[in-house]
Amino acid sequence: MTQSQAVTATARRATGASLTRHALTGLRVLLAFTLLVGVAYPLAMTGASQLLFGWRADGSLVRADGSPTRDRSEAVGSALLSQSFEGPEWFRSRPSAAGDGFDPLSSGGTNLGPESPELVGSVRELRAEVAATEGVDVFDVPADAVTSSASGLDPHISPAYAELQVPRVARARGLPEEVVRELVADHSAGRSLGVLGDPRVDVLGLNIALDRSGRTIGG
Amino acid sequence: MSTTTTVLAAVGQLALLVTLLGAAHAPFGAYMARVYSSPRHLRGERLWYRLVRVDPDVEQHWRTYALSLLGFSLVSVLALFGLGRLQGHLPGNLGFPGLDPAGAWNSAVSFTTNTNWQWYSGEQTAGHLLQMAGFAVQNFLSAAVGMSVAIALVRGFARSGTDARIGNFWTDLTRSVVRILLPISIVATLVLVANGVVQNLDPHSAVTTLTGDTQHVVGGPVASQEAIKELGTNGGGFFNANSAHPFENPNPVTNLVEIFLLLLIPMTLPRTFGLLVGDRRQGWAILGVMATLWASAVALTTWSEVAGPGTVPQLAGAAMEGKETRFGPATSALFAASTTGTSTGAVNSMHDSFTAPGGGVALFDMLLGEVAPGGVGAGLYGMLVLAVVAVFVAGLMVGRTPEYLGKKIGRGEMTLVAFFVLTTPAIVLVGTAVSVSVAPGLLGIQEPGPHGLSEVLYAFASAGNNNGSAFAGLSTGTPYYNTMLGLAMLAGRFVPIVLVLALAGRLASQRTVPASVGTLPTHQPLFAGLVAVVAIVVVGLTFVPVLSLGPVVEALS
Repeated sequence: MTQSQAVTATARRATGASLTRHALTGLRVLLAFTLLVGVAYPLAMTGASQLLFGWRADGSLVRADGSPTRDRSEAVGSALLSQSFEGPEWFRSRPSAAGDGFDPLSSGGTNLGPESPELVGSVRELRAEVAATEGVDVFDVPADAVTSSASGLDPHISPAYAELQVPRVARARGLPEEVVRELVADHSAGRSLGVLGDPRVDVLGLNIALDRSGRTIGG
Repeated sequence: MSTTTTVLAAVGQLALLVTLLGAAHAPFGAYMARVYSSPRHLRGERLWYRLVRVDPDVEQHWRTYALSLLGFSLVSVLALFGLGRLQGHLPGNLGFPGLDPAGAWNSAVSFTTNTNWQWYSGEQTAGHLLQMAGFAVQNFLSAAVGMSVAIALVRGFARSGTDARIGNFWTDLTRSVVRILLPISIVATLVLVANGVVQNLDPHSAVTTLTGDTQHVVGGPVASQEAIKELGTNGGGFFNANSAHPFENPNPVTNLVEIFLLLLIPMTLPRTFGLLVGDRRQGWAILGVMATLWASAVALTTWSEVAGPGTVPQLAGAAMEGKETRFGPATSALFAASTTGTSTGAVNSMHDSFTAPGGGVALFDMLLGEVAPGGVGAGLYGMLVLAVVAVFVAGLMVGRTPEYLGKKIGRGEMTLVAFFVLTTPAIVLVGTAVSVSVAPGLLGIQEPGPHGLSEVLYAFASAGNNNGSAFAGLSTGTPYYNTMLGLAMLAGRFVPIVLVLALAGRLASQRTVPASVGTLPTHQPLFAGLVAVVAIVVVGLTFVPVLSLGPVVEALS
């Protein structure tokens, strides 16, 4: 070994030893931070949230009569998660690509691109199906009725899609269209602060309200 | 709903966001400058330093600073790898088994490098303990590492003849977490929960729905993770659908809060930089470049998503595939431009289903390399490197030695800068080229053809730039992609960091030279424009060939 090689080797050993020393310090720092931001922080936040905003912190669960609950055994779902509604008496949710549909254990979209032949086919099919169900022309079917949401759990539909479904739901439930339309208005939200997001209608809340009004009218 | 209303609302939303960021800019920028320059430690911090046995007042040579950072990141990767592998044997796992070796490697690297690329879906893979004590810890720490490196580089410019000493890594790391990230996260968590984001320790359990079906309501400490995921420009979703999930981002108000959080530190650090180098105008110039690039991306993406070109959007009537009703095209576009510009990788809509121009802007944003405005810290040091390139180019034009902030940009400095600029493109292009040439790489492509190439390019651009957002069509949960993208993330993070620290060391040892009449002023719009052009030209020349084969062909077909 020449002298310069020896010097390089020593330098390399020194760097190696030094990295080990820094890594050991790093390990202590990591453990301390894990306790602080990985255990204390989320647990303290959970405690505070449960205390201050318990219902929301637990997932905005609702009972069949629309009242809030924190008990999953009493709940019919979350006001924030869409459900599958199939019969003619229900307002339908948007198509869902979450698992086999509306599965919160498998949230997500189709991830198909704008030129995907598969997506073109499914949009065309859905458009024909929705048009037939609602008895309208295919060109009157709004976009959100034929496209899957990003989460597959989108709890809302557009005001246009809600309006499209009013006559069918009213007929199936034997309610005047005005009554149904009023309920839609009750469960609609505009843009937050006038500019944030898009206008929308809450499907689960609307369907719960329909069930309740039907019960009231039926006695 | 008319297009005019949509556009007006989009402008109003943008104005509100900019107002909020503008209000925070001066006070928060000054606060961060004090955090990184104050010689005083908080009482709790002194106790903390004694506990972990570090001397917070030692000024480190850049090599020591880099070794501390690398040693710390090394144990972080190993610890997260171990936690992932052992999940099945630990409490709080919700019954999920340990991650497979390639998956655990990928996630460990992904979260340690501030990339937060996710091959897995949270609700099917990660229990509460792994999320809290594993992923979320790195959300804090990887962000703090990025901020520390940025501040070290700023010190390099600000100091004069210091024997390459650029601060103390452990002190910078600790203060970033304790004085900046944690307090803001606590406030943000409570704001998010008050608006509907969940925060509990419940398992995922079934309820009977209104029509008698069974649906699982998912649980977890989501808000506490959501806050730091945005603030630290990490982006790793608690759930697979990320910030599109109603439990992570239930309404347009939480959405605005989340966009604000992810832009807050990247957009404010230029102020801190300006204060630390003693000339606020220098900070304005850097911010000007960042904000212009970001605003252009917002405008282009919004135009494209609202207009909805392409077969599917035209057929459906609007670009609503992969978007949530409460956000719609405009709000989804604002989030998309902000998340890819800050290399966050959180999504409130599925970028793979965006219109071709919209998806193209998201891709271009990432290829720009974390500068529009870039990730926490990474955005500032990336932009300062580009500023050095810009003064070098200007210096060549007038034939005098370039200088920036009183430091001569000589051969040594430019060598480091050139390597920095070339590192990420090399990773992205080599990774993409290899993956479309070998069988395991081709197997993951969902849509063959130009869109398939875009998917692979997007994946490596995302990993190499530590972004983490995905054109999720690519099946990346395979051992091949987990390993390759893990390597891309690791090299894409730490090679540039070491180069930046070396540059900081060289600059700190130089004596500051006073500006002369021949010095190019670096605080004026002319210079800001030059930096922006440099950023775009560097990316353009590097990536035009591959972009032509992917998104461009797709947009034309």
